[in-house]
Amino acid sequence: MTKRIIIVGAGHNGLVCAAYLARAGREVLVLEANAQVGGAAVTRTFAPGYQVPAVAHLLYGFDPAIERELQLRQHGFTDAKSRVLTVALNPDGAPLVHDGREVVSGLSHAEDRQAFTDFMHKMRRLAALLKRQHGRTPPQLTWASWRDAWPLVRLALQMRLLGRADMRELLRMITMPMHDVLEESFAGDLLKGALAVDAVLGTKLGPRSGNTVLNFLHRYTGASAPRVPVGGMGAVSESLASAARAAGVQIRLGARVAAINIESGRATGVTLASGEVIAASTVVSGADPKTTFERLVGLQYLEAELARRIHHMRCEGTAAKLHVALRALPQFKGVDAALVGERLLIAPSALYVDEAFNPAKYGEYSTDPIVEISIPSIADPTLAPAGHHVLSAIVQYAPAHLNGGWEAQRAAFEARVLAVLERYAPGFGSHIVATELLTPADLETQFGLRGGHWHHGELTLDQYLTLRPVPGLGHYATPVQALYLCGAGCHPGGGVMGRAGRNAARVVLQGGVS
Amino acid sequence: MNKADVIVVGAGHNGLTSAAFLAKAGLKVLVLEKNPWIGGAAVSRSLHKDWIYSNCSYVCSLLRPEIFRELELGKHGLHVVPYGGGVTFTRDGDILGNYVDEEVKRREIMRYSARDGDAYLRYSRDVMRQCRLVRSLLMRTPPDPTSWRWRDLTEMRHIGREFAALGPAVLADTIRFHTMSIADYLNEYFESDVVKANLAGSGIIGTALGVQSPGTAYVLLHHYMGDVDGQMGAWGFARGGMGAVSQALASALTSFGGTIKVDAPVAQIVVRGGRVRGVALDNGDEYSAPVVISGLDPKRTFLGLLASGDLDPAIAKRARDFKIRGSSGKLNIALDGLPTFPALGKNNPLAAGDMHFLDSLERYERAYDDWKRGMWSRDPYLDLLIPSLTDPTMAPPGKHFMSVFVQYVPVKVKGQDWTDADREAFKKTVFQQISRYSPDFESLVLHAEVRTPRELEAEVGLTEGNIFQGELTFDQLLFNRPFPGFAQYRGPVKGMYMCGSGTHPGGGVMAAPGANAAREVLLDLKRGNTVPNGWSDD
Amino acid sequence: MRTPREHFRLVVKYTPFHSRTVAANELNLWHRWRDYSVADAYFDVSLEYTALRNTCAVFDISPMTKHRITGPDALAFMNRLVTRDVAKIKPGRVGYAVWCDEQGQVVDDGTIFHLSPGVYRLCSQERQLDWLHTARLGFDVTVVEETEDVAALSLQGPTSCATLCALGLTGIETLTPFGMRTFAFGEAELLVSRTGFTGDLGYELWIDPAHAEALWDALFEAGNLYGIRPLGTHALDIARIEAGYIQAGVDFLPADHAIRADRTRSPFELDLAWLVDFSKPHFTGRRALLAEQSRGSRYRLVRLDVAGNKPATDAYVYDAKRRVVGTVTSAVWSPMSKASIALASVAMPHGAVGTPLWAEIYYQKELKWNRTNVECTVLAGPSYDPPRRKVTPAPMR
Repeated sequence: MTKRIIIVGAGHNGLVCAAYLARAGREVLVLEANAQVGGAAVTRTFAPGYQVPAVAHLLYGFDPAIERELQLRQHGFTDAKSRVLTVALNPDGAPLVHDGREVVSGLSHAEDRQAFTDFMHKMRRLAALLKRQHGRTPPQLTWASWRDAWPLVRLALQMRLLGRADMRELLRMITMPMHDVLEESFAGDLLKGALAVDAVLGTKLGPRSGNTVLNFLHRYTGASAPRVPVGGMGAVSESLASAARAAGVQIRLGARVAAINIESGRATGVTLASGEVIAASTVVSGADPKTTFERLVGLQYLEAELARRIHHMRCEGTAAKLHVALRALPQFKGVDAALVGERLLIAPSALYVDEAFNPAKYGEYSTDPIVEISIPSIADPTLAPAGHHVLSAIVQYAPAHLNGGWEAQRAAFEARVLAVLERYAPGFGSHIVATELLTPADLETQFGLRGGHWHHGELTLDQYLTLRPVPGLGHYATPVQALYLCGAGCHPGGGVMGRAGRNAARVVLQGGVS
Repeated sequence: MNKADVIVVGAGHNGLTSAAFLAKAGLKVLVLEKNPWIGGAAVSRSLHKDWIYSNCSYVCSLLRPEIFRELELGKHGLHVVPYGGGVTFTRDGDILGNYVDEEVKRREIMRYSARDGDAYLRYSRDVMRQCRLVRSLLMRTPPDPTSWRWRDLTEMRHIGREFAALGPAVLADTIRFHTMSIADYLNEYFESDVVKANLAGSGIIGTALGVQSPGTAYVLLHHYMGDVDGQMGAWGFARGGMGAVSQALASALTSFGGTIKVDAPVAQIVVRGGRVRGVALDNGDEYSAPVVISGLDPKRTFLGLLASGDLDPAIAKRARDFKIRGSSGKLNIALDGLPTFPALGKNNPLAAGDMHFLDSLERYERAYDDWKRGMWSRDPYLDLLIPSLTDPTMAPPGKHFMSVFVQYVPVKVKGQDWTDADREAFKKTVFQQISRYSPDFESLVLHAEVRTPRELEAEVGLTEGNIFQGELTFDQLLFNRPFPGFAQYRGPVKGMYMCGSGTHPGGGVMAAPGANAAREVLLDLKRGNTVPNGWSDD
Repeated sequence: MRTPREHFRLVVKYTPFHSRTVAANELNLWHRWRDYSVADAYFDVSLEYTALRNTCAVFDISPMTKHRITGPDALAFMNRLVTRDVAKIKPGRVGYAVWCDEQGQVVDDGTIFHLSPGVYRLCSQERQLDWLHTARLGFDVTVVEETEDVAALSLQGPTSCATLCALGLTGIETLTPFGMRTFAFGEAELLVSRTGFTGDLGYELWIDPAHAEALWDALFEAGNLYGIRPLGTHALDIARIEAGYIQAGVDFLPADHAIRADRTRSPFELDLAWLVDFSKPHFTGRRALLAEQSRGSRYRLVRLDVAGNKPATDAYVYDAKRRVVGTVTSAVWSPMSKASIALASVAMPHGAVGTPLWAEIYYQKELKWNRTNVECTVLAGPSYDPPRRKVTPAPMR
């Protein structure tokens, strides 16, 4: 009988999991449907000569422990830019610039300066508590024994150790909408708009939706400012793949897994789209939970109620990706040339974000969307022909389940987004060489993200920690023996962090059961 | 003369409840009320000849039976009359009826979706589980989770055990229930939009949240956990209008020797030497007492009753940030006869219950969008009742009193104060929606009182006209209500207490906040407790 | 547009046999069974019971919840649903089954009719549409409720076979227990299964509601010489307790109704271990039941022979040290064994066969309440199990 462990999908979590398993001496085979590794963290060509990070474009919380333990620096991982500033574009003047800790320039209300510093400091302290859970398997919701109860008790103690004031703030704020917290804390619209984006990006939530403070904290569990690796996000994946291979992992590209095979309640391997069957002693799925169970495993192998919970898991993506090849660097209104390479936001107020969100509730796209722009070719000129640039923009809200479907409306939506960009960067349109719009529907077909959801599932308290992805699957192990999950659908969730993969590897090695 | 052991500010139902339990314990209690009448938002007012309006709160289900019994409110004249029925009208001319009988209700739902009929049983079970959990907390003071005091620790342990007893699966459901939106929650059970719309209203009543806002599933509970005679989730009218609740409480209070003074608006709590000495009225009169309990909402209590010098600025900020958003209005209407609802037919007993006109979740959410933009909903959520079909004291024979709760209604109209013209236009919006389902309704209207948040605030004293004295979201519930550190009914000054709906367990004519506050006062005064413990559901 | 609202003029529905049951119900005693009104008793409970055990009696089971399951995955679906191996129920056969939730707690029990290859009918007491739709996820099956589309009578008792022969159902005596066969009945098709809820020789008859009244009439005419009588719920209840059959909502709380923790029971705790087939790789509740098997159950269902002549209704059950160890769920005076018998749920490890238990019985005579403590014997099997139940060809009287 084979001892091989198969990892489905060479996304960053799959690669991390593979590398750790191989380093523990296991025989590991990673099967990837696409022609390159990385899943949603890839750099790819969208027009001849132009490359962009195809999905994720900024690196927030990549686990430094993984970076260290897998010696990623030796496998080609370097920062092109280590502290990316956030530049909140102002339709009427100078933008607001902050570095995640302090406001650098552009404040409309002086009192916001200290308020911002204090606020971010507080949020980092609270985020640190969440971060402390990231490296662990979530606690069980049972008091059957002290052993079972300990992780929960430990979490309670950690909360106590925050001190009375912070603990109270955490318990008060954890369910709150970002809008309410912003109203409590700040006066300036531009600042509130920028922070609202941090709370809603990648979700189907608006700033007035509960759980957005949670998403904000989740974003800041990583670093206070994002960074950009040399070679784009794909380089992170390439370095992971290189580290994994060095540890003995075998990676097969273009090998689409069509089914995870189950016999007598146990995963026995996979069947590829080509029909090839590969046996394994253990299968670890880096695909999202819905894809894993509804398409690869089949819900019939689960308990009926678990199948129902997976069926109802919320993972409708609302973020589209727009790539633009430019023959020149665009000029954004009021933005210094030195700042164009930073993270540019179009979200001039929290109200703007909320109005952008409203149509998504009814299956419509935002006519005035929020946009997060990165021009990676500034830090990394290899991405475009000399003198040319690529612009990578996350555009929200573009709900996956658009009324009438995306095919009929993608051109209209792209035109809307370009018009918004034109408003902030007059003359932008004249620089365009080529564009590529990836709607959530495209993300689903091209990257296997169910519902086009970047985080493999909405990050809300009902899908958080032990309840992520759904109750009963919160510990990486599944009710199917020898089948594990390692993707962002698991704790601790989305973002290119790698922690789900690392945690899953630990559980696999311990032979954990759900 | 002007001295008491305890002064209660505001003769709302919670103030009266607190006062009654304290008077029962032998304390000299004085209740001061700004209006010429008592009752706060639980009043019966005759604003049109021969009619009685429950012009604020209009139904009675949450009132804790433990309190009813302990204060012998029956003897003091309170009669809660259960009513049945209720209906959601659909745009295609049909209805979804809320039959009292569970089997019949299921069959009614099955007309819209066969599987939803059966899913309703599962839904009821799951909601009931949550009701039981929350009900067990109603008559208790929330523990401070950050405290190391013995009492807080034992209370935390108690709650921990309640949760642990649920088992991991139900515990997971519990976390989900309390953090999800009512729309997402209903989507996990039902496929028919009409069925979902029929149930969704309870999730948003009184709040400034939409059906898609996470946290609304809990609000739903607030409307399910009441009971009439042990029938959980049942609703009733106070015979004679909601003022009957206040009158019975007042009667109980005076029977224990307490005093109520109306037309006595309190301007400030008098603080000297770091503790409460009494209160000063608007006219300058002073009343002294070592204990003052405020039944007002947290904003009015902290920012109005306390002089700014007596309040730590950090606490003042908490009070300012407290979310007390007006989102609803009310029409009280005298009718010359019973309006006909063609979809209901004649003499349909369903008419005795709450009537609703939103038949899809999208209409709910769009109604909320209007509010977010500073407008009343163009297609609002109405909770319409004709209490006179059940209670003959409300209107002359053959005539009717109609109570129309309206949501969403903003505190300011596009950032401006309400004008009389706005109010008229708002009334028209509501009338139009009713008329669409009852063509003869408008012709029967004899008198209509239109109450926007402006009137609610001015008359009752509810800031922004929020009927719950503050949003019922987790950041303002339990140990967070009204805000962290002040959830145990004690104010920031020694001798000052709070007993309004702004404290745990929140709004609705429940009287539990008042009773819990009285228990805390008695504890501090080292008096014997007169407040009953909550009854077990087992 | 929706179907008309006339539906709700009838708060309680009538079964397809209503015109006949109403005529037969001399006592006018009714109760509600889900959506329907059914007879408690027709003329006299003990005489109805006597007819059941001595001649034959007819019980209207039309309100039974019935679902039809079809589609390529029908067998796989049924096998994931219930705890037993449905593949062993061949076409033309019926099987008793229970199904559990993921905690391994019984949702309901019922019978599976393998109507034709890959076509199943599931009969249960409780409503199951929501549960079946949950269980359906991931399967290519169609689940349709057909409660209203099938009228059904249960004909039970020693002369039931003779009555059916007189009805013209040639060869019915060769039908084995849990077998079924179709016959022509006028223009309709009549499905007859050798099943029942009385522990006696008996059959269940399934037909299009349009022919229900004709079937009733023909059956009573055919049974005239064989002592046929209508049977109400009260008399049926005596028989089912004698047979040791459990009833949902009485002897166990369906798991999908339970609000409080620890109120539900697993198949092991209902003495239904024989229905759990762990050789099946997947079924809902399997993991929990495996765990229970290794950990041990919390409760045990016991059949009791209660000393004396007082039915132990609602009695507490004590052990020899007078500690409460359980409660009686069903109790009756058994006319066949002339004994007070009961079903009870007791905490483990109590209630092993042969060990003594005690029941505390409250009863009144002429408004005076008395209390008695009596010893109970745990029985190994049902109180009444006549050989004719299993014999094929079926006896004629």
